[in-house]
Amino acid sequence: MQRRRFVLGSLSTPLLRGAASLAGLAALSRSAQAQFKVDVSGIGATQIPVGIGAFRDPNHCPQPIADIVRADLTRSGLFAVNHLGGQTLTEQGPPNYAAWRSQNLEAVAGGSVAQVAGGRWQLQFRLWDAVKQADLGGLALTVMPGDLRLAAHKISDYIYQKLTGLRGVFATRIAYITKAGPHSFSLNIADSDGANPQFALRSREPLLSPVWSPNGQELAYVSFETGKPVVFLQNVRSGARRMVANFKGSNSAPAFSPDGGTLAVVLTLTGRSQIYLMPSKGGTPRQLMRSYSIDTEPTFSPDGQSLYFVSDRDGGPQVYKVGLSGGSVQRVTYSGGYNVSPTISPDGKTLAYISQKGNSFQLWSINLETNATQLLDDGSDCGHPSFAPNGQIVLYSAGGRGGEVLKTVSIDGRVRSTLSQAGVQVREPSWGPWTPDR
Amino acid sequence: MRSTLVFTALAAALALGGCASPVPVKQAPVESKAPTSVESGTAGANANGAGQNQVAAVQAPAESNAGAGPGSDVPKSVYFGFNSYTVDSQYTPVLNVNASYLTQHPQAHVQLQGNTDARGSREYNLALGQKRADAVMKGMELLGVKPAQMEAISFGKEKPKAQGTSEADYAENRRVDIVYQR
Repeated sequence: MQRRRFVLGSLSTPLLRGAASLAGLAALSRSAQAQFKVDVSGIGATQIPVGIGAFRDPNHCPQPIADIVRADLTRSGLFAVNHLGGQTLTEQGPPNYAAWRSQNLEAVAGGSVAQVAGGRWQLQFRLWDAVKQADLGGLALTVMPGDLRLAAHKISDYIYQKLTGLRGVFATRIAYITKAGPHSFSLNIADSDGANPQFALRSREPLLSPVWSPNGQELAYVSFETGKPVVFLQNVRSGARRMVANFKGSNSAPAFSPDGGTLAVVLTLTGRSQIYLMPSKGGTPRQLMRSYSIDTEPTFSPDGQSLYFVSDRDGGPQVYKVGLSGGSVQRVTYSGGYNVSPTISPDGKTLAYISQKGNSFQLWSINLETNATQLLDDGSDCGHPSFAPNGQIVLYSAGGRGGEVLKTVSIDGRVRSTLSQAGVQVREPSWGPWTPDR
Repeated sequence: MRSTLVFTALAAALALGGCASPVPVKQAPVESKAPTSVESGTAGANANGAGQNQVAAVQAPAESNAGAGPGSDVPKSVYFGFNSYTVDSQYTPVLNVNASYLTQHPQAHVQLQGNTDARGSREYNLALGQKRADAVMKGMELLGVKPAQMEAISFGKEKPKAQGTSEADYAENRRVDIVYQR
């Protein structure tokens, strides 16, 4: 099996942060956050040979744009990336179809990056189909220096979509929790490749269950900072945050409806953990259903019409589905005595979940139309799966000898990656949505 | 590895079927997109060039609600067996002595903090710890403590007292603590 390694962020500038909205900023360390080490293994069933030469870069761009694009495409397992012998090829070409075909290339991209007014950078690139000898178009992006990586990921998304027919997720972001010590927790946001990690929240007390709002502007999560589990909402860009569920007992397991207007939360107002729905702006929670069991880990179906959740109503925990406009509860998982942490693919057809087999907590998927199950990771301590917005990759946490790490697996199980940080437990990942700007 | 790479005709058809018609290369500008940075972003964003990737870093305040209660000679922990969520009779004295204090001190308030061992889903463990805390609360109610004096909450597996992974460590963490609050 092929194994590749990337060291990310070595060329990025130290993180700079704007003003935070709450007191206590002065206590924050300004040191750059630990970078992920990324290990990739496996390749897709087919790989598209694509050539990406050096981009013209007269002003010495602080980010290696072409390298980032190559790394994105390589990491996906779906492309065999050729450097064109290190030669520079700009968006002006010229396309040398004969030479490209002689190298068996299916497509070639060229580009340039240059400094423009206001401290901005302009990226231009174009993609050619070497087989059809056709211009596949391109992008011109003008960005602040802090968005150069984002712009590179947009180029990767363009190439990915043109050549696979699927929308790419390179420009999206991920959120996750780290634990660096018994009183050192943080909620973090990074690019989808683990680069550019930034703190959104640091706390002395545990944090868990982060989830992105559908518009990508907010995160809901559970914080113990007040001495018990309370659900918070936080604006990623401004840092403004508020308690959205702080009722007597425990408040946990937030999930957004697809339109963002409703938040499902688990409250214990009756003593038991039960699922409630409330306006995501805050308001009165409404108990979805009454059970004499634990009901938790709700997640909305993509059409917003039903909720998947975990319940021990039949003994051990299993995944169930319930319609939001009434209707009976249907059991979804049957194999094994402990099935938890459901996450639904964006097309609503596949559910990924964690299943205990002996002493192992494994990652499985189930096709909701055929009920066929597939083992995606037989590792001992998988947890908290989350689908990429295009449904092609599952991001999850896994235990290891060095502690908890993040892992990804393609939905066909062929391409895997591990994102780890030395000395830090990384867990509870949530893959952010596509938004108009990414 | 590259020599084994395959690009099937099917994938080619899928990938390239919907392409736009070719454009003369030299003259055509690439597809023009508006600048992707937010022009009117915060001053901080523009000053440091962080653009739309900027994330504001917040420090959560640290709160302590610990308050006075009966002395340290009074036991305040109830332990549970593996997969058990009922209070064993050996802990009846623990419930009795704390219930007695709470009925004699109607202004006193306790948090019943449920905990679990480290195996399995974090959220499901939160629910299991809650089940233990709720069992202690029900027991205290039977002993005459007003519900308003108590709050059952759970830390799940997030705040383990014992850090190891032995059976003894797990047993230590299957626990409800009776914690007196301000």
